[in-house]
Amino acid sequence: MKQSLFEHRHMAEWEQFSLTLQRLERDRKATGVGEFPADYRRLCQHLALARERGYSSFLIDSLQQQVLRGHQQLYRHRSRLGANVLAFILAGFPRLVREQWRFVLAASLMFFASLIGMALLVYLFPDLVYNLIPAEQVSEIQSMYDPNAGHLGRSAERAASEDWVMFGYYIMHNIGIAFQTFASGLLFGLGSAFFLFFNGLMIGAVAGHLTHIGFGQTFWSFVIGHGAFELTAIALAGAAGLQLGWALIAPGRLPRSEALRLAARKSVQLICGVMLLLLIAAFIEAYWSSMTAPAPMIKYLVGAALWLLVAGYLLFAGRVRHAPE
Amino acid sequence: MLETTALPRKATLSPPLDTRYQVETPEGIDLPLRPAGLMVRALAFSIDLALRGLILGLLFIVLAMLGKLGAGLGSLLIFGVSWWYMVLFEVLNQGRSPGKQWMGLQVVQDDGTPVGWSASLLRNLLRFVDLLPFGYFLGAISCLQHPGFKRLGDVAAGTLVIYREQPLTRPQLPPAEPRRPAFALSLSEQRAILGFAERQGELSAARVNELASILAQPLQVPAPHAVAELNGIARGLLGPA
Repeated sequence: MKQSLFEHRHMAEWEQFSLTLQRLERDRKATGVGEFPADYRRLCQHLALARERGYSSFLIDSLQQQVLRGHQQLYRHRSRLGANVLAFILAGFPRLVREQWRFVLAASLMFFASLIGMALLVYLFPDLVYNLIPAEQVSEIQSMYDPNAGHLGRSAERAASEDWVMFGYYIMHNIGIAFQTFASGLLFGLGSAFFLFFNGLMIGAVAGHLTHIGFGQTFWSFVIGHGAFELTAIALAGAAGLQLGWALIAPGRLPRSEALRLAARKSVQLICGVMLLLLIAAFIEAYWSSMTAPAPMIKYLVGAALWLLVAGYLLFAGRVRHAPE
Repeated sequence: MLETTALPRKATLSPPLDTRYQVETPEGIDLPLRPAGLMVRALAFSIDLALRGLILGLLFIVLAMLGKLGAGLGSLLIFGVSWWYMVLFEVLNQGRSPGKQWMGLQVVQDDGTPVGWSASLLRNLLRFVDLLPFGYFLGAISCLQHPGFKRLGDVAAGTLVIYREQPLTRPQLPPAEPRRPAFALSLSEQRAILGFAERQGELSAARVNELASILAQPLQVPAPHAVAELNGIARGLLGPA
């Protein structure tokens, strides 16, 4: 068949298809496109025929463009995250954390062990803190948690109306750290390990120092509430990063790039959960932890309850599969 | 745009000269995508960077008037613009941030489908590593050595930055009397002659004559008539002869 006859015979069909494509591209939920898959496959056949018969480049290229656009519509990736956020929060995320328990364990050990170890060391040998944190920064931190200051948080003269300011600051700062901890895992996990250790040591040193100089009450009652979410989130971000690194170190039977791609797909879900935890943490930090009215005892109790809540959530949520609602 | 479509069975494919990236669809069609190289991507990124600076600058002027509330909103905005600008544009605007739109680029998944939330988030989070140790050093190295010009974030997320397809206009074939070739043409010869006729408008007359005269001897025509002969054959291949 000559090219002009071929074009003449199918031109109407192609124009129809291109109209359907435009509708689909404008509106994903367009109706009346039931014929689309069949039309698309017919177009693929036309393209194959055109190539096989050596028709001109113009015809082949324009068919190719149509097929590509059709391909993009027909095989669009359905994002599983956006589709059922609730299922992810209730079951998917804790399940994923338990599934990746090796990385979670490793990251938690790096983070919490360095945190607790450093806190103990600084408590026992107070001068150690100046090896890690410059002196002026130490005194700055000290003034924040001074029991006589009346207000808590990053600035001493902070008023309740500034909660909103701090909320914004915490989100930016903490999620930024979590993202860094995760992303640097691509360097064979070294970056994640570094950030886990580094943050663990810094937080530990501050905690040990403040406890030693007798500001323990203000410090611990401030951090215990949101710490449940924040510290867990940092550890989980590290776990996601380690997972990336491990895929590069030990890709198994896959090529490294492929192993990385598969690991990354899982770890990005972990990161979505981490963002959620950090959002909650920032909220608690700005609106609950900074309150000075409740007695420290109440803060400790609420803090302990929050830690139990996080632990229970990660350990037990989603173990029983419910029938689909 | 010549490609040998009908290869003899079991023939080994010669490595392609161009950088096209073939995606095989489930229908058995090979779709060529054209990955974008380092320079054009760097330009697109600079445009995005400048734009982000502009947005932040303008917003800060507005927020400065709001006082404390503005400061809180400001932190949220820095966070949003620095981590989410690319993701939002890529997912909601068919893989195109403003810079990419300007340079005619688009982000797609490895299989040519539109980029989704998780892939876009991943490739933009891992940008942090591409930036290391300074000024996109790792990203540039990865981009230069990868056949699909992927930076590390693209490798992990399974995405690809390609040139967007531009709409084609039907080329005007030079007028000629349709005729049959004197001998059977192979598929690639047929494509070459059609390509010669379709692209004639873009070439100078001297170049057209020079190209055609190469074929004067096998066509058994005097060199000055080779162009007309080739156009005639092209016409004959397209329509009735």
